[in-house]
Amino acid sequence: MILALLPFYPLISAMALLTLGKRLPWFLASVLSVTSVLASAISTAILMSQLAIQEQGAIQVTLWSWFSLYGNGEVPVNVAFNFDALSAVMCAVVSGVGFLIHLYAAAYMKTDDNFHRFMAFMNLFIVAMLILVLADNLVLLYLGWEGVGLCSFLLIGFWYQSKENVAAARKAFIVTRIGDTSMAIGLFWLFNSLGSLNIESVNQLAIQTWQTGDNTVFWIALLLLGGAVGKSAQLPLHTWLPDAMAGPTPVSALIHAATMVTAGVYLIARLHDVFILAPEVMTIVAMIGALTLLLAGIAALFQYDIKRVLAYSTMSQIGYMMLALGAGAWSAGIFHLMTHAFFKALLFLTAGSIIWALHHEQNIYRMGGMFKRLPVESILLTIGLVCLIALPGTSGFFSKEAIIAELWSSPTAGPVFWWAAIIGAFITSIYSCRLFFLVCLGTARNTVNLEPTMHIAFKVALFTLAMLSLIGSWFYADLTPWFSAEITKTTNDPAWLHVIAIVTPFIGLLFSWFYFSGFRQGDKQQISQSGKNLNEKTFYLFCHRGLGIDRLYQVLLVTPYIRLSQLNRKDIIDGAVMLLAWYTHLFKEVWQSSQNGHLRWYASAFALGFVLLTAGWLL
Amino acid sequence: MTTIPLMHVLILASTLFGIGFVGVIVRKNALFMLMSLEVMLNATGVAFIGAGATWQQADGQVMFILILTLAAAEVAVGLALLICLQNKHQTLDVDVLSRLKG
Amino acid sequence: MNANPLVILFYLAALIAIVASIKVVTRNNTVHALLYLVISLVAVAVCFYLMGAPFAAGLEVIVYAGAILVLFVFAIMLFGLRQDETRLAPKNTGFSVWLGPCVLALCLLAELVYVLQHDGIQAQLSATVVDSKQVGILLYGPYLLAVEIASFLLLAGLIAGFHFAKPREQGGDL
Repeated sequence: MILALLPFYPLISAMALLTLGKRLPWFLASVLSVTSVLASAISTAILMSQLAIQEQGAIQVTLWSWFSLYGNGEVPVNVAFNFDALSAVMCAVVSGVGFLIHLYAAAYMKTDDNFHRFMAFMNLFIVAMLILVLADNLVLLYLGWEGVGLCSFLLIGFWYQSKENVAAARKAFIVTRIGDTSMAIGLFWLFNSLGSLNIESVNQLAIQTWQTGDNTVFWIALLLLGGAVGKSAQLPLHTWLPDAMAGPTPVSALIHAATMVTAGVYLIARLHDVFILAPEVMTIVAMIGALTLLLAGIAALFQYDIKRVLAYSTMSQIGYMMLALGAGAWSAGIFHLMTHAFFKALLFLTAGSIIWALHHEQNIYRMGGMFKRLPVESILLTIGLVCLIALPGTSGFFSKEAIIAELWSSPTAGPVFWWAAIIGAFITSIYSCRLFFLVCLGTARNTVNLEPTMHIAFKVALFTLAMLSLIGSWFYADLTPWFSAEITKTTNDPAWLHVIAIVTPFIGLLFSWFYFSGFRQGDKQQISQSGKNLNEKTFYLFCHRGLGIDRLYQVLLVTPYIRLSQLNRKDIIDGAVMLLAWYTHLFKEVWQSSQNGHLRWYASAFALGFVLLTAGWLL
Repeated sequence: MTTIPLMHVLILASTLFGIGFVGVIVRKNALFMLMSLEVMLNATGVAFIGAGATWQQADGQVMFILILTLAAAEVAVGLALLICLQNKHQTLDVDVLSRLKG
Repeated sequence: MNANPLVILFYLAALIAIVASIKVVTRNNTVHALLYLVISLVAVAVCFYLMGAPFAAGLEVIVYAGAILVLFVFAIMLFGLRQDETRLAPKNTGFSVWLGPCVLALCLLAELVYVLQHDGIQAQLSATVVDSKQVGILLYGPYLLAVEIASFLLLAGLIAGFHFAKPREQGGDL
């Protein structure tokens, strides 16, 4: 019963907010939307304790029968939820972090005209996300999958009055749609060959049906990976995420950092039995993860918008998760997903607070000296960054080390990927330091009066998230037993691996301490020169624009498409259809001219008809 | 017992009918159209009377009487309508009344 | 060809009817057209008489040439002779206007007189006549329903004529 209602509390709230709209005062609306998410979070907590007591592995509930598919016999598709260890972790993250972000958002968006719409969409997003992670079968999962995509679109384009926001929303929608299409094809194929879309039976049947490395399973896994890549903003479908920062900051925190973008990771973990049967795809997953984390890390070094820095950092961290999945380190990947949700939500919300305080200033080159001006936010930002860099003791440290430790000896990954992860960690610490120096240290380059920020809701949300970021690793649920099909290791790790992995962030810190000394000391000339470089020098510009991938797509896909559509402006096929319409029009003209309203004309036509009839009868 | 051949009567009737019909089609003046209609109705009457005379039956004359009443009613209504038309449009040109065109 | 005087007379009357009808549809002046219409109707009445239907001939003259034509005349008077076609007609060409109808009417008169005083024709006619008694028996026997319907039709015509022709306020539509 608890499970059955779990995803629907926010739905009620969303419906109420959408129907009642501005008739609800701010306080009631925010209480309604926030408590609905809290209800889900509490339900999750209760269920988790039940799960721990029962030791069954899963709690299941079937709500109603949705429809039936006809493959080999009738296959019912139910609206059914399945709450196991993996779902539990995801649910906890979605509803827990979601609750804190809702709390924050209620205060952050208080003055917005469309506050109700915003909260309704946020609630709707939570509903879709919970359905996604709780779904018992892949059809329901796909419903949630598309639901979060829709909410993401709506929320990125929330301030639809400005053209760029709408363009960003459209881009996010279309790019993820490419991945979704691939995933849908994968699902069709899966159903076609296994005759079931129930997740549990898919995992079982896959092992029974296919040999490792079968052609079919390779393609299915690849297609499903396409969906995951689109949703999780991995190479090559990552271009939408930086632009998605056009949405309000709580949206960036909730959807584009903590929850939705990890859906791809969840999908792969959920169908791990299928993926294990396709080791090549696992390697591809690892490669995509490694490439993304490096590319995004480099791009993050050349951003001046604080939110875009964090967006690229998110892509990079999800790259880590992908890397873990590709290496078969399921548990570590999910663990990093959880900790990342904590500290990235913290980072985004803190960034949101700073942006708020500075009257919507997002350029880090115009910040500086925040330690003195906004001490609380700065400390919170520091905590978040420390977790991101993965300094020992923080939650990020445990999860990231867990991933890196698995890479070297994994049969589907290997030393190359290990080195990629290490270099990624190095870059992470550099861009984090750059961000920290530019925002918090030095002298203030922005002299506007600060907006007061510390609404009680801000406080609660931020401090809780900070706590979670620091000690989140205590909640480490070892999912290793749940992922029964763990990949067996082939080689042993050399002893020096861990040392290097731990030391790397410090090397990065040390490097940036000297390299960015100008930023650190607030050298105005160097900072402004650096800011200018981003707009002028070709290499900087190249990196700033995400290493030219967008440009590549523009040249390869968008421009030819526009050219093509210009060629086909008159729509050749439509022309054929219009011929029919043209004929109809012609007939209409002819008959209309006969209906001229002249009595004498009608009488003549009458006589003509009579004469013709008589002639026909006589002959 | 000689009498007028039916065929000739019918030729007379259809000639009169055709003249009346041409009048209806050609004339724009509604009054002339009404008169042409009278000629047409009359022609049908001729056909009925001729048939009645040929077979020595009274039915033809009965039909003629019915046509007569019809003509009377038609003329009454038609002329009333023409008066309305004249009052409204100050003309008897039927081509003016083409508001029902498609 | 049978040179029966009755048939020849019939052809003559028919010819007059056709000529008069053609004149009806080709006149410009309404009143002239009406004059020819009267001639046409009377000629047809003569035809009826020659076909052995004197009752129908009488009705033709009384109702058609009498009542209906009078209706037309009154209507034309209501229009006030303001029609463009009337105005465009040559002004009172006098003699020629009524010459045609007069000649045709005189022809018909001569024919009628000839028929009435010609014994052979009278004998022929009395042999073939269908008299008014037969018509009356038929009308109020098998055709009673048709008569009732015709009376309804006349009533409807009366009401409609009254309704349409009565003067109405501004904005009344046709």
